[in-house]
Amino acid sequence: MRRGIAVAAIVAGTLIPLLPLLVWAVAGSWRYPEVLPSRLTARGLRLLIDPQSEVLTGLGTSVVIGLAVTALALLVGVPAGRALGLYRFRGRRLVQFLLLAPAIVPGVAALLGTQVFFLRLGLADTVLGVVLVQLVPTVPYVTLVMSAAFGTYDVGYEAQARLLGAGPWRALTHVTLPALRPALAVAAFFAFLVSWSEYVLTLLIGGGVVKTLPLLLFSYARGSDLTEAAAVALLLVAPPLVLVALLARDLVPGRDARGPVIGLGRL
Amino acid sequence: MRIALLLTPALTVVLTLFVGGLALGVAQSLGYLPFLSGWTWNVEAYQRLWDDPAVRASFALTARIGLVSTVLSTVLGLGAALVVHRMRRARRLVGAVFASTLSVPHLVGGLTMLLLLSQSGLLARLTHALGLTGSPADFPAITADAFGWAVIAEYVWKETPFVGVVALAALSGGVDELEAAARTLGATARQRFRHVVLPLISPAVAATSVLVFAFTVGSYEVPLLLGRPFPAALPVVALQYQRDVDLGARPVAMAIAVVIAVLVTALVLVYMAAMDRLVRRSA
Repeated sequence: MRRGIAVAAIVAGTLIPLLPLLVWAVAGSWRYPEVLPSRLTARGLRLLIDPQSEVLTGLGTSVVIGLAVTALALLVGVPAGRALGLYRFRGRRLVQFLLLAPAIVPGVAALLGTQVFFLRLGLADTVLGVVLVQLVPTVPYVTLVMSAAFGTYDVGYEAQARLLGAGPWRALTHVTLPALRPALAVAAFFAFLVSWSEYVLTLLIGGGVVKTLPLLLFSYARGSDLTEAAAVALLLVAPPLVLVALLARDLVPGRDARGPVIGLGRL
Repeated sequence: MRIALLLTPALTVVLTLFVGGLALGVAQSLGYLPFLSGWTWNVEAYQRLWDDPAVRASFALTARIGLVSTVLSTVLGLGAALVVHRMRRARRLVGAVFASTLSVPHLVGGLTMLLLLSQSGLLARLTHALGLTGSPADFPAITADAFGWAVIAEYVWKETPFVGVVALAALSGGVDELEAAARTLGATARQRFRHVVLPLISPAVAATSVLVFAFTVGSYEVPLLLGRPFPAALPVVALQYQRDVDLGARPVAMAIAVVIAVLVTALVLVYMAAMDRLVRRSA
């Protein structure tokens, strides 16, 4: 019984704070001290699909950057994960430390000094610049998740496929990738979510010109129209929730899956 | 050779952007002005940081918010995990709820805390409906306050599930069997917790706390949205200086970035040393 109450308190305490967001998104008029809005409206939700508004453009920018960062982070991080997971070599600990450090040291502290160089290279205020800078917080997670996955991966299957006449490409697409699918999904999920939620690095290198959804949400949150702000917030929170639901089984960390777990901390 | 090839892309990203960025930050904090002539190495920026009471206030605020958020989310997350880890259905439910909160961007968390905790927020409306407060001003100011309560609330709300998920994972690793063994040997509930459960899960939970603290001292958007403009959290002050039209402010911004990085690195090293000692003692 007491445990039941404790469980209810945990669930309620986690979910209730999201309540005002849901109500505000459809609140037409909600003056203090009304506990519930006196009038409902679809104005906020309409803003999300209004082709004239900057919200749709921001959504597009966020999706493009998120997908580009995810693809690049996988391309860069999966080989590193393979090296760390499969092989013991000199300097492995140092490499591990180097590849993990950006996941711990705050991005703004590490990257503030690069802004002037992005500016000089013409990469400041561009989508490409933002994609590059977002590799810093994403590559470590992909590496971490993949090195854990490669740690329990039997490389012998690849040798067998090659022995049976498969070329390197076929061995990759028919053996390696299917065997690592859950880990790849989790790694991609982290990379996308870190990019999707990123605010300060986008602001620093994008200069407020590259307007992703988080940047738009911040200006709405600072504005006077809370209905619109809450609606934009729902748009920002919906894709992550859908992804969590889709990946629920792979995300539940096992005993040794330190990697996935650490990834969750930065979201 | 193959290994080097596999590692090159990732190391290139980390060495140029991250290590390079840190080095450039340190150099710029010491007076280096890229693409400009006539600069000299100096420690003026650090002198200014040290002398400026505003920066000192920010330092205290950032450390306080980081510590309070870390302690609260560690205690709450660990507590939640201990409550549910042996209940099959509750464990799955809490795990799912935690996973969904974990995926909520901090900025969304910030906005919802604003709507919940401001003086005309939902909580203030509820206390008004209950007759506890008469006007918005009667409700304690916990957003844009001097202590940083709303910022702490957002961090605790987001990071408690993080600690909880890690603790749940650690608790599933054969802890039950060892506890049962201790029980048959006559250990009391308190002894089992102190000498069996805690040592087994504390490395993972301590690592999480380090991550939480590192995150909270380096986060920008949450204190910008929920905190005061003065004193502001260190990352907020760093970006203020960085965007100052006066070029002389740039080194101060870099010095703040360096201080944050050094602080976090020192903490991680302390953690690693502590864990090493723990491992050696138990070996």
